Amino acid sequence: MTALLSIRDLTVRYRRGGVEVTALKGISLDVEAGERLAIIGESGSGKSTLALAIARLLARSARVGGTIEWSASLLQKSQSVTPPSGLPAISPARGEIGSLVAGSPSATLETGESRDDGLISPLAGEMPGRVEGGVPERRPSAIGDNNIPLLGRDIGFVFQDPSSSLDPVMPVGKQIAEVARTHLNLAWADAYAKAKTLLERVRLPDPEAALRACPHQLSGGQKQRVAIAAAIAAGPKLLIADEATSALDTIVQAEIVSLIRGLVTEDGMTLAFISHDIALAATLAERIAVLRHGELIELGETDQILNAPRHAYTRTLLDAHLGLDAKPLLDRQGASA
Amino acid sequence: MTVLAVSNLSKRYRRGGKPFAAVDDVSFEIGPAETLALAGPSGSGKSTIARLALRLLEPDAGRIQFEGADFLALSGAALRARRARLQMVFQDPLAAFNPRSIVARVLDDPLRIHGIASRSERPRRIAALLERVGLDAGLAARAIHEISGGQRQRVAIARAIATRPSLIVLDEAVSALDVSVRGQILELLLDLQRQERIAYLFISHDLGVIRAVAHRIVILDAGRVAESGDARTVIASPQSAIGKALVAATPRLNRIKTP
Ligand SMILES: Nc1ncnc2c1ncn2[C@@H]1O[C@H](COP(=O)(O)OP(=O)(O)OP(=O)(O)O)[C@@H](O)[C@H]1O
Ligand SMILES: Nc1ncnc2c1ncn2[C@@H]1O[C@H](COP(=O)(O)OP(=O)(O)OP(=O)(O)O)[C@@H](O)[C@H]1O
Ligand SMILES: [Mg+2]
Ligand SMILES: [Mg+2]
Repeated sequence: MTALLSIRDLTVRYRRGGVEVTALKGISLDVEAGERLAIIGESGSGKSTLALAIARLLARSARVGGTIEWSASLLQKSQSVTPPSGLPAISPARGEIGSLVAGSPSATLETGESRDDGLISPLAGEMPGRVEGGVPERRPSAIGDNNIPLLGRDIGFVFQDPSSSLDPVMPVGKQIAEVARTHLNLAWADAYAKAKTLLERVRLPDPEAALRACPHQLSGGQKQRVAIAAAIAAGPKLLIADEATSALDTIVQAEIVSLIRGLVTEDGMTLAFISHDIALAATLAERIAVLRHGELIELGETDQILNAPRHAYTRTLLDAHLGLDAKPLLDRQGASA
Repeated sequence: MTVLAVSNLSKRYRRGGKPFAAVDDVSFEIGPAETLALAGPSGSGKSTIARLALRLLEPDAGRIQFEGADFLALSGAALRARRARLQMVFQDPLAAFNPRSIVARVLDDPLRIHGIASRSERPRRIAALLERVGLDAGLAARAIHEISGGQRQRVAIARAIATRPSLIVLDEAVSALDVSVRGQILELLLDLQRQERIAYLFISHDLGVIRAVAHRIVILDAGRVAESGDARTVIASPQSAIGKALVAATPRLNRIKTP
C-alpha cells in the first residue's frame, strides 16, 4: 500500500485565555491511499483537531509542530487542472480560518520539512517581520507546491453541522456547481449538469427540484447529503467526515454511512471517518485509530481493535458500548419495577 | 396504580400552511419505579409528548392523569405543587441553566421555590444532593460553565430530585455524553429509581441504551404509536416497519464472543 499522506510527530497547541492547551501530542500515522480509516475517541481527545490539521483548516493561532507529507504522485493526478483561485471550496463559518489560503506559505503546516523549533505560528501579529500584511501572495507554482493539497479539490470535508459548510439561502445546485466550476474548470452549464448528477448520486429525492431548493428547506439528513455532494464535487482524493452523522437519527445515520461507503468505493476515494461511536466506526472502517487526550494510543485493523485491543482504554470504550446484545444494566443491578 | 396516564393525546402544528399532527392519538401509562422509553425517528413526536406531559405545551385533545389527578385541569397553586413531583432533564444541561450561575444556586432554587427547606437548612440539603449524585460538595461554588458535561448532567439530576418527584422526564438526557460517563449516569438513574421509586419517561433514539435501562418501550412513527411492549421483547423482534428499521439501523459491534 502507498500512503496518501504521512503524519509525523504532529503536535497542535491552542491558546485559550493565556493558557496553552495541547490538543495533539506527537501523532504519527500513515493514511493509506484508498483505505477507509476511522478516527475515534471521546470528547476533547483531538479528533477534530487532527481532521482540521490534515485539511489545513486549523485556526491561524494554533501552534503546530511536526509534518504532514502528501504523496506528490498521488496528488498530481488530481492537480492536472489548476483552479482559478486558491480559495477553499468549502469555507466553514469559522471566522478565524476564513483567511487561510490553502497552498500559500502561510498555511499552518509546512509540508516536507521538519522544523527544529517544532512550532509554526503564521499569525502575522505574533511574528512581525516574517509575514507582511497577514496573508502573503501565493508562491508561484513551484515543484514543492505539488504536494500541498487544496481543500475542495484534493480534500472534501463534511462537518457534523452541514450549516457550517452550506449557505442556507443559496440554491443547492448553485453551491455544488460552484465547487465543480472552481476546481474542475468547467463551464457554468456543465458544472450545473454535474451538480444534478451529484444530487442523484447522493440519492436526494427529486434531484431536479433539489437543485433549486435552499438548504433551509431541507431536513437534516437531506442537508448532509447536499454537503456530501459538494464535498465530492471536484473528485477529491481524500474525504474527511467529522461526526458527519452524529446529529442524525439512527435510521438516517445508517443511510448516510452506506452512502459514504458506496461513494468512496465507486470513486476510489480515501476516507477519514471521525466519530465518537466505536460501533458506528467499525461498520465502515478497515482500520481504526483511537485517540485519547491528544495521543494516538492504538491503531489497527478493525477486527483486531474489536477482538484483540492492545490498549486497556480501547477495551473500556468497547465495554461501555451498549449494544443490542449487551447485558441490560437493569439486570446487572437486579432492579425491577 | 399509575404515576402518569396519557390517553388519546394529540397536538397539531402547521407546516407550509397545512396542519399536521405532531402527536396523534397517543396513549400510554407509567407505573411507580418504572421506566417507559419513547423511541422513534427524528420528528416522530417524542419531545412534543415530553413537553405535553410536563404541561409546557397544551394538547389539542386527550387527557393526562398525573398521580391520579386530572393534570390538565390543574392551575395556580395546585398546579405548582403538583409540578414539584414531575421533573425533567434534557440533553444539553448548559442550555437549561444560566451558564454564569453557580451550582449551589441551581440547586437552591427548587428547594426555595417549592418551600422544601428553610434558608438555614438549604446549604446542608445542597451538599446532600450533590453527594447523592456522586459529586463533591466542593463543586457547589463552581460556575456551571466551569464543570464538565458529565458533571453538569449530574447537577441537572440533582436539581430534578431536589423536590422528591415521582416522575422524571428525560429527553435525550445521556445522548451528548461520552460513553464512559454515560454508563455512570445511567447507573445513577437506576440507583435513584430503586431507592426513591422514581418513574422515568426516557426518550432516546438509541435502542441499545433503551434496552439497557427501560422496562417498556413505545415506538412512535409520525406522531402515532407504531408498537409498544416489553422493551427487550420489542427490540428482539419488532413487529412494525419503523421498529424493524430502527433495530436494523442500530450499529453492532461484531466482536467474537469470549466467555
Ligand atoms: N479553537 C480552539 N481554541 C482553544 N482550544 C481548542 C480549540 N479547538 C479545540 N480546542 C481544545 O483542544 C482539545 C481537542 O479538541 P477537539 O475539538 O480536537 O476534540 P474532539 O475529539 O474533536 O472532541 P469532540 O468529540 O467534542 O468534537 C480540547 O481540549 C478542546 O477544548
Ligand atoms: N413549535 C413547532 N411548530 C411547528 N412544528 C413543530 C413545532 N415543534 C415541533 N414541530 C414538529 O413536530 C414534529 C415532531 O417534533 P418533535 O420535536 O416532537 O420530534 P422528536 O421525535 O423529538 O424528534 P428529534 O428526535 O429530532 O428530537 C416535527 O415534524 C417537528 O418539526
Ligand atoms: Mg470534534
Ligand atoms: Mg426531540
